[in-house]
Amino acid sequence: MTTASLGLSRDDRPILIAALFILVILVAGTVYTVARFGSAPLLSPTYLLQQLQIGAFLGIVAAGMMMVILIAQIDLSVPWTLAAAAMMATSIGGPLAIPVGLGVGLVVGLINGIGIAYLRVPSMIFTLGVNAVMRGLMVAHTGGYAPQTGATDLMRMLAGDRTLGIPNALFVWIAVSVLIAIVLQRTTLGRYVYAIGNKEAAAYLAGVDTRRITVICFVLCGLAAALAGVLLAGYSTKAYQGMGDAYLLPSIAAVVIGGTNILGGRGRYLGTLIGVVLIVLLNSVLSIMDMPEAGRQVIYGLVIIFMLLVYGRGERVTS
Amino acid sequence: MLDDIAIRVRQNVGIVTAVLLFAILYLLYNLAHPKGFSSAVLVQNGDEIFALAMLAMAQTVPVLASGLDLSVGAVMTMVGCFASYLLTGAADGTPLHLDIFGLQFGLGTFPGGVSGILLGIVLCLATGALAGFINGCVVVYGRIQPIIATLATGAVYIGIALFLRPTPGGKIDEDLNWALTNSLGDFAATVHIFDDGAASWFAPVAWIPVPFVLLILIALLVWVPFRRSVIGRAVYAVGSAEGAAYMSGLPIERAKIAAFTLAGFFAGCGGLFLAIQTSSGNADIPQAGAYTLNSIASVVIGGTSLLGGTGSAIGSIFGAMVLRVISFFFRIFDIAPLLQPLFEGLILLGAVSISALGVLRVKNTLELFR
Repeated sequence: MTTASLGLSRDDRPILIAALFILVILVAGTVYTVARFGSAPLLSPTYLLQQLQIGAFLGIVAAGMMMVILIAQIDLSVPWTLAAAAMMATSIGGPLAIPVGLGVGLVVGLINGIGIAYLRVPSMIFTLGVNAVMRGLMVAHTGGYAPQTGATDLMRMLAGDRTLGIPNALFVWIAVSVLIAIVLQRTTLGRYVYAIGNKEAAAYLAGVDTRRITVICFVLCGLAAALAGVLLAGYSTKAYQGMGDAYLLPSIAAVVIGGTNILGGRGRYLGTLIGVVLIVLLNSVLSIMDMPEAGRQVIYGLVIIFMLLVYGRGERVTS
Repeated sequence: MLDDIAIRVRQNVGIVTAVLLFAILYLLYNLAHPKGFSSAVLVQNGDEIFALAMLAMAQTVPVLASGLDLSVGAVMTMVGCFASYLLTGAADGTPLHLDIFGLQFGLGTFPGGVSGILLGIVLCLATGALAGFINGCVVVYGRIQPIIATLATGAVYIGIALFLRPTPGGKIDEDLNWALTNSLGDFAATVHIFDDGAASWFAPVAWIPVPFVLLILIALLVWVPFRRSVIGRAVYAVGSAEGAAYMSGLPIERAKIAAFTLAGFFAGCGGLFLAIQTSSGNADIPQAGAYTLNSIASVVIGGTSLLGGTGSAIGSIFGAMVLRVISFFFRIFDIAPLLQPLFEGLILLGAVSISALGVLRVKNTLELFR
């Protein structure tokens, strides 16, 4: 009732609360740094831009993950799609590096989509298998060592350099965000995505080719993971084993913290953006505090539960 | 009679396939192994299978209630870290202390000797069950989707494990390690029963590996009674149609909490055994993740639907064994270790895709969208 009187829709409330929580993190972190070091790095634009540059990789992965979660599926193949794209891009090199890297994501997305949409294998298990296959291919390709090949100049420029003082990676993230936001809000594809997430059978009966849309969503997710991989390789100047492992669970968490229903059909892209910023800032505050890994994991888990208890609660089954 | 069997086979086609697949693979494995069909090979396999089999059982119960538990690997790791403090078997006990941000708290001395070990085992299993119970409460009373709730609690449990064991270490009583990871004969000789295992009636069963006996005991004493209880039936009912279960007056909230608690207990059993087997506690995050994912794969290979409502923990045990036997083959046939992940992935994809080919026969497309 109160949310309605504030003029907030059901989808806006999580975004507002998550944004408030970001402020809480910033204030708490600043109080800590002022008390301990006498400075406030969290409020300096340089530091924030640097954090957002690192957050761009997670943001791009989360944008793709959101497309898949909105149709009530999940993509567990993100870690090795990301790593495979980075490894193939660096080993091809030259002007073809980025197209080849993105091509890896496209192919993985197509395979995922076909297995899930047409064979009806649960996405949880199919993408898990695809992830293992990609890992196997890359381990066989690199011999299990970090590849010796480096990122191309274009990849380094896109991920590491700055234009007018703003990191280029941030521009890429913004471009991906605008694209996904437009697709979700302004195109029929976006309408279909929400419809499938709510009830696939109903969308099918309404004349939507639900299987084709499912494939498209998985392709977009694969492309996003591949783009993040190519950029991450550019940022760290090379590809390495397991470079994608740190992106799977945080990307799912960012999407869910942003108010997207894990069962699909509901959620706004702005929420995912806020969710990514929240996770990135939380990580940076914890590392300023010198929090050991144990404490980080505990706080990380508790924050997700807390946020969902505030606004992510499901409805009681009564019929 | 024959019709009866045919119907039962048709109803449990998933489990039957998993059992047959395992039987064929294991027979081939033993034929190819230079020391095949020997107790030594069986013991080694049992030790390698046990932890994953327990996690597969753990994953099955929430999946039956159409939930998913992404924290089973974390619970296993956490219980293993507890075990590396509580099961040292030192005769005069183990002093315990807590160290939070440099503040030291003495927690007294944990008893040593046989009674200490038994108490430690009970405490470890209780820790696992408690972790599962917390999962259940977050899911039921917090009304958060299981997949995301257990993702979060799993991070907390891994954090606790890292807190307990920032670096791998600790110690497990050697006798306990020896007794549980070998054959029944060695077990009897270590705990001094049946004339140290030399009793004549005992000889025919002395070759059986202890892990398999434990697995069968846990399945018969925990899973089967649970499956037949009202709560167990309610778990299946919740998985197949939660609304209908609610309208029928089934205790759906208790069923869900029980499902997650049992999952925590099974995962605790797995963690306890892994710690005993490796004689240490290790908060290994990649290992925890790998066990969680393999537990899901085992459940699917074992014929349990991820949508809930049909399947059985027994099938998942065989699913776990199939997964493990496949990796045994890599050793036998000398497949380069670098190619193993590729084969594992291809076999998993192949298995789920073949079982999904039934969709091609579906005439009414609407039936696909469940």
